[in-house]
Amino acid sequence: MNVLTARAAGLIGCTRCGRVWPGEASHCGRCGAPLAPVTTISLQRVWAWWFAGLIAYVPANMLPMLRTATLGHEQANTILGGVIELVAHHNYGVAAIVFIASIMIPVAKFIAIGYLALIVAHEKFAGSHRHLHLYEVVEFIGRWSMIDVFVVAILSALVQLGFVASIHPGPAAASFALSVAFTMLSAQNFDPRLIWLPPLGTDKA
Amino acid sequence: MEATFPIACRPFGQDYVLPMNESVDHMSELPLSELIVCPKCDALHRISEVGPDEQAACARCGTLLITPRPLSFLHVIALSFTAMILMIGAIFFPFLRISAQGLSHNSSIFGAAMAFSEGFLAPLAFAVLLMIVALPALRFAALIYTLWPLAANRPAWPRSAQAFRLAEALQPWSMAEIFVVGTAVALVKVAGVASISFGPAFWAFGTLIIVTALKNAFMSKWSIWEAIGPR
Ligand SMILES: [Zn+2]
Ligand SMILES: [Zn+2]
Repeated sequence: MNVLTARAAGLIGCTRCGRVWPGEASHCGRCGAPLAPVTTISLQRVWAWWFAGLIAYVPANMLPMLRTATLGHEQANTILGGVIELVAHHNYGVAAIVFIASIMIPVAKFIAIGYLALIVAHEKFAGSHRHLHLYEVVEFIGRWSMIDVFVVAILSALVQLGFVASIHPGPAAASFALSVAFTMLSAQNFDPRLIWLPPLGTDKA
Repeated sequence: MEATFPIACRPFGQDYVLPMNESVDHMSELPLSELIVCPKCDALHRISEVGPDEQAACARCGTLLITPRPLSFLHVIALSFTAMILMIGAIFFPFLRISAQGLSHNSSIFGAAMAFSEGFLAPLAFAVLLMIVALPALRFAALIYTLWPLAANRPAWPRSAQAFRLAEALQPWSMAEIFVVGTAVALVKVAGVASISFGPAFWAFGTLIIVTALKNAFMSKWSIWEAIGPR
């Protein structure tokens, strides 16, 4: 389809409110948001937050997420340790939920953002609707990873039955929360307009 | 070089676009205020009247540009007030109650965030309170501030644009609905060991999620920006 983009027309569009301005404008005159030209330079911020998220994700998996004490017996579990424990107790359903939410989705998110940031500068893939869908899925799912932190908070606040059972949060909860926040910032800094960057229709690179 | 201005309109459920053949030269005569840009792919569209059964979606990537059948400003204000009241209730009433082997324990939403308040996890307690209570409340307040004069057909209050931009920017970080789903996961985890009952705050918070989703889905950002107008 032959589409005229703001960039090709020498204009700049506000991604916050949709208003169009002359190409040299630096801030949107309606909503006040800074106007960002479509350029791969913005990918540097994506990578910076991506690496920050990855670094925070390491201790999130090494340190204990929960410390459980039942009838005087104390136990500290990492995320993966918790999954193995659930499997050992034949709680396959819950084990699958925790495994998907806490391990598979965060890892898939790193791969997806990294893939988009690498591939987006390649002319061959310009205008791929699949890449836009992938970006939208990452953007939608990203914040839901915070659910783990909330589960830890709820369990720790609720399960305070003295000697019978008590649960306390472990340090991994903090690094996991940071990792989720950093990957969200990484995804937010990805400019989907880059997906269409190379020549398409009248949009000349 | 021929460019097309896809019309920013298409009927519900139908996948066709009406291309308007207009040359790029014609662009310069078109006031910029008659254009809308797709935030996802940068395609320019001409704003046209969106009928009751139509929505404005991007002709290239399908991103929704103008919400169909939007709520009136007054309805958005009403929903925001409802949400604020539900939130106050949700914070102060008991949220969940656990009992096992004759012992029981209550927790409020505040208590859940405070689970992290010991030692070096304290900043996380603060962050959780922000995400599930403070940021959603700030969003509703900013929305009410923006829409209050607009609903009465009066000029926008000063800094309305900043307030509405803040409300939009906070959306990914206000995670009340994720917290509610989190309680469900927590319940599944302890289901075998203890029994759990819901307090009034749980239902208030649950209703809050529905109100928020309604407001997000049917609030037309575009018409709010149009009403705020140029600064
Ligand atoms: Zn703007
Ligand atoms: Zn588009």
